[in-house]
Amino acid sequence: MSTHTEHAPQGREPLDVNDPRLSRFDIVREGARRDDIEIVHYEEQLVPGTKAERRLVRLVAAMFLLTGVAATAFLVIYIWWPWQWEAGRGGDKLYTPLLGLTLGLALLGIGFGILTWGKKLLPKEVSIQDRHDQPGPPEDRKITGETMLYLADEMGVRRRPLLGFSAVLGLLPVGAVAAAPLIGGLISNPHKNNQMFTTGFAPGEGGEKIRLVREDGRPIRPSDVSAGGQLTVFPGIDHGVSNKHADSPTLLIHLREDDAEKSRAANERVGHGDYMWGNYAAYSKICTHAGCPASLYEQQTNRLLCPCHQSQFLITDNAKPIFGPASRRLPQLPIEVDEEGFFVARSDYTETIGPDFWERP
Amino acid sequence: MKRRKIDVAAVPGKAAGALDDRFQAATPLRKLLNKVFPDHWSFLLGEIALFSFIVLLLTGVFLTFFFEPAMTEVVYNGSYAPLRGTPMSAAYASSLDISFDVRGGLIMRQMHHWSALLFMAAIVVHMLRIFFTGAFRKPRETNWIIGSLLFWVGFLAGFTGYSLPDDGLSGTGLRIASAIMLSIPVIGSWLTSSIFGGEFPGTIIISRFFIAHVLLIPALLVALISVHLGLVFKQKHTQWPGPGRTNENVVGERMFPRYALKQGGFFMVVFGVIALMGGLFQINPIWYFGPYEAWVVSAASQPDWYVMFLDGSTRLMPAWEINIPIGDGYVIPPLFWPTVVLPGILVMISLFYPFLEARHLKDYRHHNLLQRPRDVPARTGAGAMAVTFYLVLTLSGANDVIADKFHISLNAMTWGGRIGLLLLPPLAYYLTYRICLGLQQHDREVLAHGVETGIIRRLPDGRFVEVHQPLTAADHDGHGELEYVGWVVPKKMNRLGALGPAIRGFFYPIEKPAEAPVSPGHPPVEPRAEREEIGSGESRR
Repeated sequence: MSTHTEHAPQGREPLDVNDPRLSRFDIVREGARRDDIEIVHYEEQLVPGTKAERRLVRLVAAMFLLTGVAATAFLVIYIWWPWQWEAGRGGDKLYTPLLGLTLGLALLGIGFGILTWGKKLLPKEVSIQDRHDQPGPPEDRKITGETMLYLADEMGVRRRPLLGFSAVLGLLPVGAVAAAPLIGGLISNPHKNNQMFTTGFAPGEGGEKIRLVREDGRPIRPSDVSAGGQLTVFPGIDHGVSNKHADSPTLLIHLREDDAEKSRAANERVGHGDYMWGNYAAYSKICTHAGCPASLYEQQTNRLLCPCHQSQFLITDNAKPIFGPASRRLPQLPIEVDEEGFFVARSDYTETIGPDFWERP
Repeated sequence: MKRRKIDVAAVPGKAAGALDDRFQAATPLRKLLNKVFPDHWSFLLGEIALFSFIVLLLTGVFLTFFFEPAMTEVVYNGSYAPLRGTPMSAAYASSLDISFDVRGGLIMRQMHHWSALLFMAAIVVHMLRIFFTGAFRKPRETNWIIGSLLFWVGFLAGFTGYSLPDDGLSGTGLRIASAIMLSIPVIGSWLTSSIFGGEFPGTIIISRFFIAHVLLIPALLVALISVHLGLVFKQKHTQWPGPGRTNENVVGERMFPRYALKQGGFFMVVFGVIALMGGLFQINPIWYFGPYEAWVVSAASQPDWYVMFLDGSTRLMPAWEINIPIGDGYVIPPLFWPTVVLPGILVMISLFYPFLEARHLKDYRHHNLLQRPRDVPARTGAGAMAVTFYLVLTLSGANDVIADKFHISLNAMTWGGRIGLLLLPPLAYYLTYRICLGLQQHDREVLAHGVETGIIRRLPDGRFVEVHQPLTAADHDGHGELEYVGWVVPKKMNRLGALGPAIRGFFYPIEKPAEAPVSPGHPPVEPRAEREEIGSGESRR
């Protein structure tokens, strides 16, 4: 970037900035000129010494002093205000708001102080600068282009094709080497231990059936859930009630007699005839759409609503999606009651739990 | 000259000289200080994003001192009594500690969150300004692309950030994110498993998100922002057309001192507003949500506002599942379209828009002058269409809350969104197009016939006509027509100087009415000899 002083506006001669008669502004303006800037309008906004000016000066000073007061208040509050959380409506609830208020005022004081100073007390100006955004001269373009092309000539890639081939062939694997640790380190087989298709309800190694338990780990008897009621249940295994088995939470529903009738009929139609136990049905709580827990159960209509994207499942029709973006019914867990009178899963889920994916059969 | 040990007054000059000896800074610094910036309030929107980003960096560094990005299970034993004894991840426990056991930690957390929301909001509003004024045209397409990318990188920064506390709400968000990755055909399950280190949620995702959130994404943001600002600097700012302004010049203020002062002041104002919000307005009260448990969720689970449009698109998507009957059968779930394909299309449209428009208009010239939205009705209409599309999606992202608060059926809200998404954008295009033409028409009318004076004259035949003040001397036909140049046309007598300037103030005047008519708002740009004297007088020191 050259200085362009040679075509300064109106062809003025550059000033001698060492001329002692020049004021500081003359030098500033000359500097602007040398950068192709013409200061065409420069004017005090306020006559020095007038009432208006004094008022503004006081205003700016007041803002800076406000900052001082607010910042001091911030420090005092930060150090001495009771800040530890306590139950009830203690003063600690005011700690953060007071910090915000004092810090905000302190910063706004500086901000508006500087803004007022700059906007009102400094002279207004209009300057014009040339853009100089024309493309470079065609000659320069040509020279630069040729220089870069000459690189290829010097290296003689065309005359020595072997160098080119060998460079490409040699460097390609290097790119793969760079990517290998990243991909190789991160990659993880989604089908290890068949994890996408099994849940915590899969029978144990000896084929023992897994109990349905509550959040606190206690097993459940049929009498624990009243008609029309529902309960979130988990596999009764180690860490069954934890995010380790995030695909296992299940909704155990005690249907009313007529709803249970409908449900059984619907179950028959899809070959799930024996999945219910009495009037009890268990469906996966994990939405088949995006995996949120579909947990808003509407007793009257037997609909289960997922609060994330409002998919609605009709429990009396195999938890079929009847509204919203979900396209697949909630899988049903086949249940029965063991000899001790607790709910168990007869087997694992027979359909895939959770959000859909490409290779879901 | 008498030699003193230390001549205090000469120290700065000497130091400056010493610096210039070594770094040759004087000439480039002069250019920098002299650089002219055009001034308009709408040019400051991007600055808000920049300043919020600085606050984000400051508060974010503070938070990293106390946050523990681990999913190890711990039992909470901090000062927040309602959660004491609850098993939770170390990440959630340390987020609670930041909120309750680090002095001033909560305000830092809340300032961090508010500035993130403000960062994204400022990006969007700034982007709208750039779009509607045509500031993205040649030579600034690169900066438009970088700006669009900044939105999406900011989006990722926000998502990885609000996932870190591992509370009930953010865990639900992560669950949905994993489902979105799962929905990608062919590679979905491998991608998800690789990112989460196994089946959802695994034990590593918070650590991976942490390093992305505090190192990878901020580094990318800093890089993009630097290039963005560098290009604004190199290509110089666009300006509105107006007296003295051409495609080849910049009319405004030199950077020093007034412009720089205003920028500094503005930064402190943005910082102050964020501090006020961080202190006074609660945001993301994670202690109410509890730790993430895969079986717990509540109604009104909404993401941060800039993610809501994707939530909305997901809610509106019909349950269209594509089954491919090969082998065991393959599935493309409905989730794939609104969360992967739609954002992909949106990214591509925004990246290529400047080139599409240039190609369509066969306009490959340099443009340094902005256009008023009314002067390019097709672009303004397209923008209104995009904004409407976005708003329908964003509102649909909260359709359960709207249904609840306004007692509307939830299903009706979903159907309203589906239909609205298809019907409203074209309608917005049409209305905006007509409004633009109407505004243009009115400008042309004033240019041709003059300003309404409010004076009604009764003609001898009994008719009433309003007297118009022509904007220029009448030609021989009695008409004074001015050329339409795409800039503000004065439409009130006081803008012409025929009356005093309009008195500012909303409820009561904040300035005294001027005694005599003065020239209209914009300062003259022709050099005036007598004005030069003011600058060089003794008042300057």
